[in-house]
Amino acid sequence: MSTLEIKDLHVSVILADETTKPILKGVNLTIKSGEIHAIMGPNGSGKSTLASTIAGHPKYQVDSGEILLDGEDVTEMSVDERARAGLFLAMQYPVEIPGVTMSNFLRSAKTAIDGEAPALRTWTKDVKNAMGELKIDPDFVTRNVNEGFSGGEKKRHEILQLELLRPKFGILDETDSGLDIDALQVVSEGVNRAHEANDMGVMLITHYTRILRYIKPDFVHVFVDGKVADQGGPELADRLEEEGYVNYLKGAAA
Amino acid sequence: MTDQMKAEQTEAPEKVDGVRVGEARPAIPGMDQEGEKLSPDLAADDTIRARRSANAGSDSQIMHSRAERPWSFDVADFSLPTGREEEWRFSPVKQLQGVFEDAASDDREGDPAASYALEVPEGWDAGTLAGGQAPRDSVLRPADRAAAVGSANAGEARYVRIPENSEHAEPVTVRVAGRGADRRSNSHLVIEAGANSHTTVVVEHTGSAQHNGNVEAIVREGASLTLISLQRWDDDAVHVGQHDAQVGKDGSYKHIAVTLGGRIVRLNSNVRYEAEGGNAQLFGLYYADSGQHLEHRSFVDHNSPRNTSNVLYKGALQGEGARTVWVGDVLIQKEAEGTDSYEKNQNLVLTDGARADSVPNLEIETGVIEGAGHASTTGQMDAEHLWYLMARGIPEKQARRLVVRGFLNEIVQQIGVPELEDSLMEAFEAELAISDN
Repeated sequence: MSTLEIKDLHVSVILADETTKPILKGVNLTIKSGEIHAIMGPNGSGKSTLASTIAGHPKYQVDSGEILLDGEDVTEMSVDERARAGLFLAMQYPVEIPGVTMSNFLRSAKTAIDGEAPALRTWTKDVKNAMGELKIDPDFVTRNVNEGFSGGEKKRHEILQLELLRPKFGILDETDSGLDIDALQVVSEGVNRAHEANDMGVMLITHYTRILRYIKPDFVHVFVDGKVADQGGPELADRLEEEGYVNYLKGAAA
Repeated sequence: MTDQMKAEQTEAPEKVDGVRVGEARPAIPGMDQEGEKLSPDLAADDTIRARRSANAGSDSQIMHSRAERPWSFDVADFSLPTGREEEWRFSPVKQLQGVFEDAASDDREGDPAASYALEVPEGWDAGTLAGGQAPRDSVLRPADRAAAVGSANAGEARYVRIPENSEHAEPVTVRVAGRGADRRSNSHLVIEAGANSHTTVVVEHTGSAQHNGNVEAIVREGASLTLISLQRWDDDAVHVGQHDAQVGKDGSYKHIAVTLGGRIVRLNSNVRYEAEGGNAQLFGLYYADSGQHLEHRSFVDHNSPRNTSNVLYKGALQGEGARTVWVGDVLIQKEAEGTDSYEKNQNLVLTDGARADSVPNLEIETGVIEGAGHASTTGQMDAEHLWYLMARGIPEKQARRLVVRGFLNEIVQQIGVPELEDSLMEAFEAELAISDN
């Protein structure tokens, strides 16, 4: 049983001119193994900032507060250490890396996470099976990382890694954006498999309730202006579906 | 980015397919004056077989086109470069005096300045050619002092002729091994790919010398020739060379310059076409460490219609004083309608204290073309690449290596000789270990 605990987190984004702008203004959130938390909210409320900050993107600066993984302060760790500690961010905009093949990349990541190279035979089989389930073309392993992938292929590739690397916590940053209904279903099934297979905790960041038909949250948190403005069970998502974020935005403006 | 390129970008646009043409064609001093005269005397010298493009006045002292650059087999036509000339301004000319000198090879009894080994497959012709003996000097025209003295002092040229209609899957390697950093070595290699032949020839340079090596490639009709020039010299070698090719009708030529070793390397890779339907690809890969000057110049002369070309040079630099230069000229002459060409240079600067110069020059004299473009980027490693790899648990050092290898891999993949590709990837590992990347 693991716990990811976010305590009174204040974060600023470092802008191109090196000035900073506060985005997160005191976030409190606790996720335990096996739980699925949906983080919802209007654009610009800080949802993606939270995701990138947990993973350690250098563009975000923690001003105060803590991110604790089983009591250890994640903000003290480098990006790769966080991943090896069991955090995984499925990115909204996966990066293309020229000249680095998928097979080389996946093997390097698996080796880094496990601390040893995976046994060749089982690894090849695992990759093949996971790709099959996600309906990823077999010749994909010979292609360069994310290069020339469609939006949907990139998202499926993120979930492939989630399944193969078996993190303690999966943070999904708008994984549903830009997916058609078939792809959304395939991707959601992948998340559910990873959740069940490894008792993975899930932080599911989304703007829309659509994905919640496939991935059932235990908790729903509404983000507004860098803070959790409301939280509840799955019924909160249903209410958002009907009412939208408008009531929260009025509150923030007042 | 050089000042010239910045200046070029602010020029008033007048474009064909996104490329400046006509009056708006870059005419900034230093931008397209690769052929600026080496001395005022040259203008009046009738022995120079320089051609002039139609847009240059007959009394012009400044060359406006790459096509006007003089060439000559007579060493006297080229004065000693001072470093102020356009084509020498990036080069450490003081350290090149050894290869500028009009001097014979420092060959001794049973001990040549550079040894030369070649095993020719059955059916191939191998021999020598005296100066002016065809097909020698039919394609290569010495275009600077170094090339002229190299040509004049090479003596008998080595000549390899690949028979017509022959296909040879295994690459054929010419091994040139320098035998002393202070020893002058001149060489001239003529490779003639017979009609419809398919081959890869590797010219491998190792050891050390003051090497002045010209290579002349004749690609006959329908032939396909891949010519790989490997510079794996010791740290104290100096190497200048001009590699000229002519591509016949429907022929295909791929030149790959791979430069890892040597103190100073300066290679010119030039190509022009005999007819139509030809394709030329000029690739380059270089990795400069502290104290190395690695310079590559390419020139694609679209002198006839409906030919294609692609130029891509990629380099990595690391260490104080690591220096690379790429100057890429593409000339699309008036008669070269239907041309499709592209050139690009990318440099990855891995540490402080290194410097990469990159100058793409594109001259277009006809608007009736399929395409023409150029691009150049020089910068540090993309932080987003590192971020993505590290977010998957890969430690920074390993992530950096993956990115660098990936960057260079685009050229390595063009080689098509597995043992050579593996050997280069190993060499990159060793290079990366030097900078602790």
